[in-house]
Amino acid sequence: MSTLSERILGSPAGTYVDRKVERAYAHDGTGVLTLEAWKSMGAGRLSDSSRLSLIFDHIVPANNSTTATLQHELREFAKSSFLHFSDVGGGICHQLMSEGIVLPGEVVVGADSHSCTPGAFGAFATGVGATDMAAIWLTGETWFRVPETINIHLSGAFTGAAEAKDLALAYVSRLGMDGATYCALEFTGDGTASLSMDDRLTLCNLAVETGAKAGMFYADSVTVEYLKALGQSVQPQVAEACEYVQELSLDLSDIVPVVAVPPRVDTVKPVQSLIGLPLDQVFVGTCTNGRYSDLARFARIVRKKKVAVRTIVVPASRMVLEKAIRTGVLADIVEAGCTVGSPGCGPCLGAHMGVLGEGEVCLSTANRNFKNRMGVGGEIYLSSVATAAASALAGEITEPEVNE
Amino acid sequence: MNGEGHAVCLPADIDTDVIIAGRYLRTKDRSVWAEHVFEDLDPNLAPTLMDTVLVTGKNFGCGSSREQAAIALKEAGVVAVIAPSFARIFFRNAINIGLPLIECDLPCTQGDTVKFDLAAGWVETGGEKFTVRQLSPRMQAILSAGGLVEYWRCRR
Repeated sequence: MSTLSERILGSPAGTYVDRKVERAYAHDGTGVLTLEAWKSMGAGRLSDSSRLSLIFDHIVPANNSTTATLQHELREFAKSSFLHFSDVGGGICHQLMSEGIVLPGEVVVGADSHSCTPGAFGAFATGVGATDMAAIWLTGETWFRVPETINIHLSGAFTGAAEAKDLALAYVSRLGMDGATYCALEFTGDGTASLSMDDRLTLCNLAVETGAKAGMFYADSVTVEYLKALGQSVQPQVAEACEYVQELSLDLSDIVPVVAVPPRVDTVKPVQSLIGLPLDQVFVGTCTNGRYSDLARFARIVRKKKVAVRTIVVPASRMVLEKAIRTGVLADIVEAGCTVGSPGCGPCLGAHMGVLGEGEVCLSTANRNFKNRMGVGGEIYLSSVATAAASALAGEITEPEVNE
Repeated sequence: MNGEGHAVCLPADIDTDVIIAGRYLRTKDRSVWAEHVFEDLDPNLAPTLMDTVLVTGKNFGCGSSREQAAIALKEAGVVAVIAPSFARIFFRNAINIGLPLIECDLPCTQGDTVKFDLAAGWVETGGEKFTVRQLSPRMQAILSAGGLVEYWRCRR
């Protein structure tokens, strides 16, 4: 009887395997070193370009001539090598992988730490660095140590204003920022049925903030329907009785709106304890919370009101942006006084489009609040979309209103 | 693989943003990363890292997958990093660029000599020897080759 990781990698926990990779992706940041390392390996061609993606999302469009030159070189390579290429404005790599590319049971490797995100589809998805990615470009495979698995058993359903991000911060806080190092997280239990694909992507996205190698849901009817709408026909996965190294049980009805305070993702406090904390910026977006349902939820709260603080909203992909335009969500956001950026990672990594000044405080829906990450001397608090929306209207940290 | 250096003692949970900040990533000039390594932790640290062994708390290298973090340490002259545990992407990255990582809960005295012999499986400091966790055979082979680029170059 196997965990999902053991089943997909085809070997028991603790063993080492060489495994063909169904999908490997890099972005404009890690792609530069990947290309350099791949060339140094003496390669003439790519192993199988149909399985490889190069996605520009980190600094898009380029912020200065150095970045532009690096991107130009990478873009020319992408065009000549026939791998799957998404240029500026297409969106965040993990989001594009979640729009009908990654399928249940696949082995997926991304040159970005949040590549655990598409594990929400029942894939084994994990992050590597540039040189590992170069070796995958060369050989089409990589080695893994099959991870032990921690079970996060979910029951109940959300109540009040709590949402998936609050649950994600809750489990990160319970496990700690290295509580799952070298392990995979499996989310199981009756509570999973009420979670949408977007919720699951948010939950798997934060797996790496506990040190985990992967965060995974078993594909079920929610997964099947979501992928069907994107033109993919897949089968659900059935969980077997298996051995976990640790079990963490969380009741969704116990989850309340929370905030991770700087500079650690695992220092989590109820929003209630931080009410009134003044903000200089609110940022809504990223691979954690930049999906259509996030923008729609944000728009519902700020609609026909005005934000009281600089508020930057960045859709996770062009598909998200297009849908937000079609449904009027984007108009609501702009009319509320928010600034909208082009699809991508936005200011999450502190490179552009909303860098913080010395002493400034940002409330962000992203996944990292490390020291100086969004700008030297700036502080980052992490929250759900609903908390970010309510706080943007107030100009200070505020509890979101209870969902109708 | 063996070597030695002077100990630099560092705390737990050092993330890759602290090792090399995002604002310095967009270049291929490796000297930039060496020059700004640990800038947000201690701006005076970078020039003192030649021939040192970092002895850190748990979970060193957590966060982003940026390989520039491992490269910055190597370029700055760090000989090896010793910690009770490492974040897994950083672990792979460091071995892949030929920077030895040693899993061991080692007491640290700033400036003391630290010696290590990975094949024999020990580190030594303050006159005491400590056993270290062995790397997997694959990782040993990659490290012995000098990194993953060299490992694959030899096989083609």
